[in-house]
Amino acid sequence: MTYSKNIIDNVFGGIRPASRALDKAATTIQGWYDSGTIPQKHWAGIISAAKAFDHSLSSEDFFPKQTTKLGAFGYPFKKIHCLSIGDFNRPDIETLLSLGEHYLDLNIQKNPNNRVLKGKTLVNLFFENSTRTEKSFELAAKRLGADTISMQIASSSIKKGETLMDTAATLNAMNPDILVVRHSASGAPALLAQKVSCSVINAGDGMHEHPTQALLDALTIKSVFKKISGLRIAICGDILHSRVARSNVKLLNMLGAEVRLIGPKTLLPTEAKTWGVSVFNDMKEGLEDCDIVIMLRLQLERMSDALIPSKREYFHFYGLDKEKIAYTKKKTFVMHPGPMNRGVEISSEIADDEQISLIKKQVETGVAMRMGILHALSVSQDNNK
Amino acid sequence: MNTATIINARIINPENGYDEFGSILIESGTISDFGPEVKAKGQIIDAQGLMCAPGLIDMRVNSGEPGKENRETINTAAKAAAAGGITSIVLMPDTNPVIDDISLVDFINRKAENAPINIFAAGALTKNLDGSTLTEIGLMSEAGALMFSNGALPITNAQTMRRLLSYSSNFDCLISTRPIESSLSINTVAHESDFSARLGLSASPAVSELIIVQRDIALAELTDGKLLIDLISSSKSVNAIKQAKLKHPHISCSVSINHLSLNENDIGDYRTFAKLDPPLREESDRLALLSGINQGTIDVIVSSHDPRPAGEKRLPYAQAASGAIGLETLLAAGLSLVADKQLNLMKFLAALTCNPAKLLGLDSGRISKSAPADLIIFDPNTPWVCKGKDFLSKSKNTPFDGRLMTGRNMKTICKGKLVFDFSN
Repeated sequence: MTYSKNIIDNVFGGIRPASRALDKAATTIQGWYDSGTIPQKHWAGIISAAKAFDHSLSSEDFFPKQTTKLGAFGYPFKKIHCLSIGDFNRPDIETLLSLGEHYLDLNIQKNPNNRVLKGKTLVNLFFENSTRTEKSFELAAKRLGADTISMQIASSSIKKGETLMDTAATLNAMNPDILVVRHSASGAPALLAQKVSCSVINAGDGMHEHPTQALLDALTIKSVFKKISGLRIAICGDILHSRVARSNVKLLNMLGAEVRLIGPKTLLPTEAKTWGVSVFNDMKEGLEDCDIVIMLRLQLERMSDALIPSKREYFHFYGLDKEKIAYTKKKTFVMHPGPMNRGVEISSEIADDEQISLIKKQVETGVAMRMGILHALSVSQDNNK
Repeated sequence: MNTATIINARIINPENGYDEFGSILIESGTISDFGPEVKAKGQIIDAQGLMCAPGLIDMRVNSGEPGKENRETINTAAKAAAAGGITSIVLMPDTNPVIDDISLVDFINRKAENAPINIFAAGALTKNLDGSTLTEIGLMSEAGALMFSNGALPITNAQTMRRLLSYSSNFDCLISTRPIESSLSINTVAHESDFSARLGLSASPAVSELIIVQRDIALAELTDGKLLIDLISSSKSVNAIKQAKLKHPHISCSVSINHLSLNENDIGDYRTFAKLDPPLREESDRLALLSGINQGTIDVIVSSHDPRPAGEKRLPYAQAASGAIGLETLLAAGLSLVADKQLNLMKFLAALTCNPAKLLGLDSGRISKSAPADLIIFDPNTPWVCKGKDFLSKSKNTPFDGRLMTGRNMKTICKGKLVFDFSN
């Protein structure tokens, strides 16, 4: 997405001429040149200055080009699939987050001229029910100009006894470009990725990972705090069954946050303390000084038998309400990947408090972040051809 | 009596082995000073040179209330306990309804308010003792349940046991379970041995206990749970626990006074009053249990008080109910073993005072400044004959009926008040 280099070299004839023409310090121009992007507030000035050089630029020239190389810190983004946070290195993550940030601007996000995925097909393959993730991907793909279809699993051949591999082969024969997969079995998207020739995005597999949720959580945090490194972030509740927690622990650790896990022992994996996090069984101790509290849904449907005695007791000890959030002793923001069980893990007074709840913002950020992910995978796909 | 002094006492504090003649000054329910130099103030209680120790704590008492008040009420149990020198009891949850909800813990707490001694509830580990559905351990613990138990029933499912240990450790709760492998012990009434075979009684082997002792030790190590192995009865279990304790300090175990005093021969000609759960085992097992106390392997001695009216006991052996009363014989039976030099006095008293206090988180069970004035004065040498009909307990099913005992409780002081005096 390094479009700034083209503009500076081809329109103005280099950094110094551009600096004179735009009346900006040469170091500023150098900054754009190196980063590959130009902040949106300067676009209008550049377009009018370009006219003097007999170049007619439009805002479209400031959108990343599919053919251009993508990457941060000089490392190109080469990943084809998005299966687990562990597949990405730090520069990849920075690339994805900066793309997500780029699409956060609604003017860019909803620009009808977005053509990054023009001519590509995205298939939503959801073996488990979902509303927000599926629609979020669909919207993200459509806003980038892709064609999308959603497989209705309830009415599909899976119900007629087809195996996952056969479904994969069938879908592959239709030549989609991106498969978005959610499955109740951990590792199912990774298995699919071995058998199809398109990109596979894991939209949640069993109790394993949900990488796009972690990325959108990171982007939400970044847009509020302007940084992630050094923040103290608590993930509370049903860690044992949570794929969101597993992805978030990896990602937030990689980005330099201090991650804490809080939950009853029966809902924590036995060896969680080896994940590079501190583990707490008591909300009061665990929440101290936290900047962000990520609440998780109590996944009653995944519990084979009772891991907690009752919802009443769970809410009493682990449900987030005004009293417990005061344990942080500072201004704290609350996140939840949804859907929420009000009165089980979170009280309505917290969930609906615009001052502290980022829950709606997470959904909003979700579309932008998924546009960023689709964009990156698509570019990398084209470069690989 | 806000201020009182016990004079001429041989003060025994099993917590630190303190053993000296002196006085104990009691002010507003707590011990304010003790020792040879203490000046008497207020009401004088003359111990006449007898032993004065912390009041006993009995971690395993069944009352019939609620549901089976014909066996025992909380009130009669409290009176019997005071007479036996017990100042704190923990009531087991196997009542009707089962104590598996905070409202029932509240019921026990309300009853306890008017009792002469301290009464605590043990919450049920599983709903209605079904062995699989967790109860609200956290909420009941906040409501005042001191520990959690599945009563007489074992937790058969290892996964459930793991979760119970793991979940209860969130709240640092003590959980107590019976070591019984149900598939080996179901429908049995005696210890598997030559003796029971001759009597023609269906019997469970000692390994039935050992299997679950070892399972629960392994699960406690896995989960860091606070486990009390409730009522061990065989030498095999003592050895297994001795080994486990070297590595894992959270494991503790209890034994009933009956299993320290009696063996399988006491069921003699089908004496159903000696039908107990777990069954009485061989003399070698009894000796191993005694040395378990003397060496500190066994933490706690309990009365395992289980009142049963004669109608439930006077039945053919296999049909008769198990269980025996014990509140009024606990101290005397132990002192008899001390007199026979089978049991060490300090270790015996520790297993009834400071050890259970530590497990339950109570500040009683010791003689120290500002500890609650729960004290007993007892004569370790006086001989008497145990007669069931004289007991205060509503049910009279004692296996010690007609036995010669050495030593008895003379006075019981709870929260600074004299609640039992033998001379009256």
